[in-house]
Amino acid sequence: MPQMTDERVRAGMTREEDLSLLHEVSMKTAGVSHLEMCIQCGTCGGSCPVAADMDHTPRMLFAMLRAGMREEVLRSNTPWLCVSCYHCVVRCPQEVHIADVMYTLKGMAIHAKLYTDSTAPHFSQTFVGMVETFGRGYELGLATRHYLRHFPLRLPGMMPMGLGMISKGRMAIVPKKIKHIDQLHAILNRAKELELTS
Amino acid sequence: MNKYLLYPGCSMDSSAKAYMESLNSIVEPLDLHLEEIEDWNCCGATEYLGINLIPAYSLIARNLALAAKQTSDTRTVVAPCSACYLNLAKADYYMQERPTLGAKVNEALAAGGLEYKAGTLDVRHLIDVLVYDVGLDAIRKAVTHPLSGLKVAPYMGCMLPRPDYQHRWSDHEHPTELDDLLRALGADVIDYPLTTSCCGGHMTQIGPETAFELIHRLVADADERGAQMMVTVCPMCQMNIDAYQNEMNHFFGTSYHMPILFFTQLMGLAFGKSPEDVGIGVELVSSRNALAHIGVEVPVTQEVTAPRKKEGRLPMPRRWSKHEGKKEAVK
Repeated sequence: MPQMTDERVRAGMTREEDLSLLHEVSMKTAGVSHLEMCIQCGTCGGSCPVAADMDHTPRMLFAMLRAGMREEVLRSNTPWLCVSCYHCVVRCPQEVHIADVMYTLKGMAIHAKLYTDSTAPHFSQTFVGMVETFGRGYELGLATRHYLRHFPLRLPGMMPMGLGMISKGRMAIVPKKIKHIDQLHAILNRAKELELTS
Repeated sequence: MNKYLLYPGCSMDSSAKAYMESLNSIVEPLDLHLEEIEDWNCCGATEYLGINLIPAYSLIARNLALAAKQTSDTRTVVAPCSACYLNLAKADYYMQERPTLGAKVNEALAAGGLEYKAGTLDVRHLIDVLVYDVGLDAIRKAVTHPLSGLKVAPYMGCMLPRPDYQHRWSDHEHPTELDDLLRALGADVIDYPLTTSCCGGHMTQIGPETAFELIHRLVADADERGAQMMVTVCPMCQMNIDAYQNEMNHFFGTSYHMPILFFTQLMGLAFGKSPEDVGIGVELVSSRNALAHIGVEVPVTQEVTAPRKKEGRLPMPRRWSKHEGKKEAVK
């Protein structure tokens, strides 16, 4: 279809319309994402409590998805700053599952190794590592590992808080483990295989 | 008799153990019967969903499958943690909305000899069943020590009333369930428009400056409106506002002291339980002075202070922050 491309270029379009990225993200999102329905109204960015710290507002990010700007989207800090407060989700006139789209983009950025700041991806991965090992969260292990790796200078300042949590019995020294951890491993391993084939 | 399957969630026996203790203290006066789901696992919080879709939902669905399998005369699962509640409710909803997701999750569950038919269970939050099943009248009847004179800011948090696919709440942004419940206990409930604003979630771990800003908004507004304490329904909110308040104050150069307790702790107190019974005293921002307003005496506990913090130390420059300008505006 080279002829068609020429027409588009003449009509002022610099690249062939390619919605594959938009569809890919939509298909990888839990539930029916409604991402294709975005009308660029900007209600999401206007509702977002952390928009000021984001590289792109959700609205901009969705326009970039539509434009097929894969690398720019996956490098954006926006999904990593999303606090999952769902303000945008309940206000979106098109019912786009915005918070879930952000989760999808995080996963895609991790797989493509395209994130700029590794703090958030490493935190998620450390957390998930603990859950996969024990079946339960393990706050002390998670916090220690995470702070040593990413905020070593914050550790002295965190000491009173950490000691307070431990001395008041709010942070367990040893992790708890579920009884049927093998069953959980079997489920997660099968789920990971299915993830690759989907 | 109100019978439920309980999904406690990881924080209930660690950072939010006061929530669990106080919940245990109110089951008897309210004739609640909570049966723990056997061998439940972590729901993945807000982290697993951001890595892999099918494993994340399979992790959540294992809990639903176990709950559905458990022989019991109820099909309602109650979660006291907002993040757990949302994950369980969302998994149940999305497995129906996208049948292919439901099929894949079930294929994974089958590897562990489990299955879950989406829609089999009702997933609800603790405050939902207290307000709508137990009812405010029954709660009012159980009150022996009304909390009159205690000014509280009702803090619902964000993951509870939103996205609310099951239409359980009075409003997405200004729900009144927590206000009504606290009023039934006799407390003086202040207007708190930020009731469903975010506490920062996991940003305290990965982008502290962003989190401090959000925590600051909540605490400063509650303080300005004259609240003596905030009241929460979520372990994550409690943790962020309680454990990180000191760091937030340090960051902004402020000196707020805003205790935050779980709503079940206040219920316990109103039902005549002792502060120890409802886990008071383990919060890092002490609620001692606030509770003195209603004649509740909290034993003094040793406050943990920063090491080597002495009066008259060398004059060091104040820590620089990008919010430097805002510091002046605050106090």
